Amino acid sequence: MIKYVSQRLLYTVMLLLLVSLSVYFIFDLLPVDPARLVCSKQCTPALVEANRHRLGLDVPVLQQWWNFIYGLFAGRNYAEGAAALHCPAPAFGYSFSRHECVTTILAKAFPVTLSLAVLAFILWMTLGVSLGVLAARKKGSIFDKASTVFVLIGTSLPTFLTGVLVVIFIILKFNLVDPLEIGNWSNPFTDPLGWLSTFIWPAATLAFAYAATYTRFTRSNVIETMTEDFIRTARAKGLSEKIILRKHTLRAALAPLATMAGLDFAGLLGGAIITEKVFGLDGLGGISINAVTSSYDLPIIVGTTIVASAFVVVANLIVDITYAFIDPRVRHA
Amino acid sequence: MSTFLEVKNLHVTFPTEDGAVLASNNVSYSVALGETLAIVGESGSGKSVANLAVMGLHNPHRTQISGEAILHLPEGPIDVLSAAPETVRRLRGKAMSMIFQDPMSALHPFYTIGNQIAEAWALYNEGSKEDGIKRAVEMLDLVGIPDAAKRVHEYPHQFSGGMRQRVMIAMALVNNPSLLIADEPTTALDVTVQSQILRLLADLQKEFNMAVILITHDLGVVAEVADRVSVMYSGRIVESAAIDEIFYNSTHPYTRGLLNSIPRVDNHGKGTRLRAIPGQPPSLISVPKGCAFAARCEFISHVPGGLCIASNPDLLEKAPDHYSRCHLTGAQVIDIAAKNLAHQDNGAK
Repeated sequence: MIKYVSQRLLYTVMLLLLVSLSVYFIFDLLPVDPARLVCSKQCTPALVEANRHRLGLDVPVLQQWWNFIYGLFAGRNYAEGAAALHCPAPAFGYSFSRHECVTTILAKAFPVTLSLAVLAFILWMTLGVSLGVLAARKKGSIFDKASTVFVLIGTSLPTFLTGVLVVIFIILKFNLVDPLEIGNWSNPFTDPLGWLSTFIWPAATLAFAYAATYTRFTRSNVIETMTEDFIRTARAKGLSEKIILRKHTLRAALAPLATMAGLDFAGLLGGAIITEKVFGLDGLGGISINAVTSSYDLPIIVGTTIVASAFVVVANLIVDITYAFIDPRVRHA
Repeated sequence: MSTFLEVKNLHVTFPTEDGAVLASNNVSYSVALGETLAIVGESGSGKSVANLAVMGLHNPHRTQISGEAILHLPEGPIDVLSAAPETVRRLRGKAMSMIFQDPMSALHPFYTIGNQIAEAWALYNEGSKEDGIKRAVEMLDLVGIPDAAKRVHEYPHQFSGGMRQRVMIAMALVNNPSLLIADEPTTALDVTVQSQILRLLADLQKEFNMAVILITHDLGVVAEVADRVSVMYSGRIVESAAIDEIFYNSTHPYTRGLLNSIPRVDNHGKGTRLRAIPGQPPSLISVPKGCAFAARCEFISHVPGGLCIASNPDLLEKAPDHYSRCHLTGAQVIDIAAKNLAHQDNGAK
């Protein structure tokens, strides 16, 4: 077990380095010049070069990447002379358009994204798993058919549509949330109700799509597991249907769900771009889409990209280790 | 010997889109405590279906069952086919147990074998989790798993196929059932392991004075352990007799065909070919009016006037306690088979 974990840990570190390196290569290959894009209207070649130097783009791409990694651990200085700025470790870069260290920006955006992800996760797991189990138990019934319709709608409606529908009807028409309060950040520990009213609708929008997928997945897994030989064995022992479902069927049927849930949750931690934009939330998704569309703020884009991929990579590690606890066959492999 | 299970006129039907599949057609058999009944037949002959019905393991929504299956319990007889599902559930594992063909998939992969055996024990016994594990160790010892105290905490995937089948047997017997139904218990195992498992079953049967129903398609297995044999074909029992009668005086062409298709070491080196039975069993959806075996029967030319196609023979007592479903008399079948064998030997020379 210790060997397994340390091995996975080593892979994860290497993977993170590779991911960040490829992010730098991708941005190097893009046919846009960030130094020119952030240049003002009266742009001269000298200004562009100055911008390039300020952004740290005047060195080879490998050197840029190394500076980034170095800055993550040791902090980093941006610009020079009187304008010199210092971002302490972990330094993800400096946004000249917002005059802030990227780390500070990320730290402000992250609680918003985390709130959205956690609330959506709770909603879709509860809804998806319970609907899926019920549909599987009552396979072929009206309820099962209704759940199939729900799955169909949930998987085919994109969040930019459901999100806008929610905003138009629930928030604006029925005034369930004060339109002026949309996207306002409230601390969940000091103002739980305010937090809930900010996040419940965007989380429900996200959860709707995910719950549909999870309902389908749970339903088919439970149905498949119910036909397994070991379920027949459990019945032959004389166990009651309740225990067979809870202890034997669900344990085996829901184990693969842990993998899926872990990765989906991690994906959301990188920011739900569309949902955040629709509901005006300044999470990681919101700031990265703004950085791309309005100011081409490369340090923010690089920062959010790397943070988002790091979440997925780390979630992979956690899922793998968790799965070893769930499934003994993995543990002894 | 006192009869423990009595199955009478058991019909099991699965409604499908193509029609009703009559998987078990008017099947009757019985088994006594301390006795081993082998039910023999090829795939789809209904041998598992009938016994799953006795255990109450068919999906009630997709199966129609009629007939009787009476368990003669000390507290009085009970018909498990008409009893409430909850009543039958409380007989499973206690009065009757079952082990299955594939020990690789019959155990839950996520729980230790100790946990799974203790779970079965706890259903009918008062005691702590530790008591259950202690009992599991005893059972594992009994079925010949070395180092049981340590292995009780291991998972199914850490055991070989033969060892897993031993675990299954330990689990099935943990509550001292009076009836053990073994559904092809050795089919998925190596030949050397097969006979170990059969010997183990025979020993345990003696020790616990159990009634055992052994479902198999392997007459070699039957020869090793059975007291009586019922041969099934196309959902019906076609021959039923004591073991020696079946092997030496079979009065049914299908049983004869099965015996001819297994290799023997006692034919004094005569180079007789193994003879497969030609053709396929009929579909269980449209059961033929006549004898189900007629289309494949080598003896059909000896029955006059297309009787085999026109009417299905009844299961009649052809010799004392020897039942057979054939229009020919027992003596005729034995006689014709002997002539065929002589003819075949001449051909070989």
